[in-house]
Amino acid sequence: MAVNDTLEGTHKIIQEAKEQQQNSGLVPTLNDFSQELTTLNLGPTHPATHGIFQNILQMDGERIISGVPTIGYIHRAFEKIAERRPFYQITPLTDRMNYCSSPINNMGWHMTVEKLLGVTVPKRAQYMRVIAMELARITDHLICNSILGVDTGAFTGFLYVFQEREKVYEIYEEICGARLTTNMGRVGGMERDFSDVAIQKLRDWLKTFPAVMKEFESMFNRNRIFMDRVVNVGPITAEKALNYGFTGPNLRAAGVDYDVRAMNPYSSYEDFEFEIPVGTKGDTYDRFMVRNEEIWQSLRIINQALENLPEGPFHADAPHYYLPPKQAVYKNMEALIYHFKIIMGEIEAPVGEVYHSVEGGNGELGFYLISDGGRTPYRLHFRRPCFIYYQAYPEMVVGSSLSDAIVTLSSMNVIAGELDA
Amino acid sequence: MAENTQESAAAPEETAAPLDPQAAKNAQLLALLHRLFGADTFTDVHEPYGLLTVTTTRERIHEIMAGLQQDQELQMNFLTTMCGIHYPENEGKELGMIYHVHSLVNNLRLRLKIFFPIADPTVPTLTDLYATANWMEREAYDFYGIIFTGHPNLIRILNVEDMDYHPMRKEYALEDGTREDKTDLFFGR
Repeated sequence: MAVNDTLEGTHKIIQEAKEQQQNSGLVPTLNDFSQELTTLNLGPTHPATHGIFQNILQMDGERIISGVPTIGYIHRAFEKIAERRPFYQITPLTDRMNYCSSPINNMGWHMTVEKLLGVTVPKRAQYMRVIAMELARITDHLICNSILGVDTGAFTGFLYVFQEREKVYEIYEEICGARLTTNMGRVGGMERDFSDVAIQKLRDWLKTFPAVMKEFESMFNRNRIFMDRVVNVGPITAEKALNYGFTGPNLRAAGVDYDVRAMNPYSSYEDFEFEIPVGTKGDTYDRFMVRNEEIWQSLRIINQALENLPEGPFHADAPHYYLPPKQAVYKNMEALIYHFKIIMGEIEAPVGEVYHSVEGGNGELGFYLISDGGRTPYRLHFRRPCFIYYQAYPEMVVGSSLSDAIVTLSSMNVIAGELDA
Repeated sequence: MAENTQESAAAPEETAAPLDPQAAKNAQLLALLHRLFGADTFTDVHEPYGLLTVTTTRERIHEIMAGLQQDQELQMNFLTTMCGIHYPENEGKELGMIYHVHSLVNNLRLRLKIFFPIADPTVPTLTDLYATANWMEREAYDFYGIIFTGHPNLIRILNVEDMDYHPMRKEYALEDGTREDKTDLFFGR
């Protein structure tokens, strides 16, 4: 790696110069001058962390000797709060974990509750969910990859694709009315059917986006300057990645083809044709390339789901669990009763425990729900992929330069909301 | 409450469409577990929603996790997650740890539970087996006060350092304890 070699060389020259000075006896020396370390606070608010978390780095010149991550700056006690909330009110909490791909969190939570309650969701709703989740995955990966570009000094790509993210958010708006913290769908299906406008916007976007994505890729994939910055930077082996509990694109970049969508299909993922891209070295470039390819695969899935979108209801026929339409609540006594019972958490929840995981933007997003039959979960644990893989960060950056640490952090896509819950 | 959960957790499994292939896989896994670690090691074996769940003791958990990780046939070497739990009514077994492990090769998941008294909340660490256990255990320590013996750096992770209690324990009500308008009493429970 050219840059590293140069640095290594520079380092050596400095070291030799120091030794010469000391040996000459002309210059007053500090005994441990060559060992003097600098403490550098990377964060809590640093433009390159893209979130609130801190890394206390010990630097020897430009080299990182050790790193200590401190997290929890935006801890909001979601697991504790969830113990006091009916199932419906937990969905907005999940929005705020990985806020770059909220719909995946929402759907994951809904599917967990459905698994507990034994509700079967109709095919149409499952396909609608797949579309929403894959849109979310695309936006999540777009942010990560374009921000990686920004951190290496290439701002243009970010601006190109951010416009596309904006269009996806407009589609969300048509689907559920919200943009960032979507609270999309309901336990039992979707809140409303896709409107004609939503379908039209989706079709338009599917037509225009591939060209932009191609442009983005041609700007980065074989760009000499970009490659010099990311190839062989922050690598991790497959064994280590597994030992550290990596999942998602970061694990696949290391060469392990674990994808929850393929291994434990949920929401009809088994109906779709898609490939799981894997890398070889697990370095920043591999993570970047895996995410890019996953965007193409997500597009494939969305196209298939949209073409084969089944007719039928968009929610399960489960009045005990599925909120009735608001108009019916005003006119219909049963609807009013169900509405009240569901909102007050007065649904018949079985006693039991269920673990359900979905492939989130960053990997296996798991929900472990223990129900004692009460209005709220007895215990709810979120398996948050960021929280689990971020602990490998010090090991990945020790020995590299600060600028390499920045791009490694970017490419890991650490989302503070998911990190801290 | 814990007894409640554990006893009747098997019940909905019957109704919630038991998957035959999954049940067969779980039976195989259980047989293997019995062969590796002895049949009396595991109590309260059930399969809520198709996920084999067993309870063991904290004395044996480290050995079992190591055995699962190293077994060539099973290759259960992915620690999906772990979390603490608190059942105040369970005398002598108030606190617990719940481990989810996953064999990526065989696509088999297993849930292991251990329970221990709140007066002596010590558990052997798994950090020597799994690097990922480090922060997970710090999280469990932070929220439940579970002490992991042998952990290299057992300090709080998400809460502030000078917090002097473990907030996920059930005695810390989320809202004002004197409020009665939100208790289950008014909702028929």
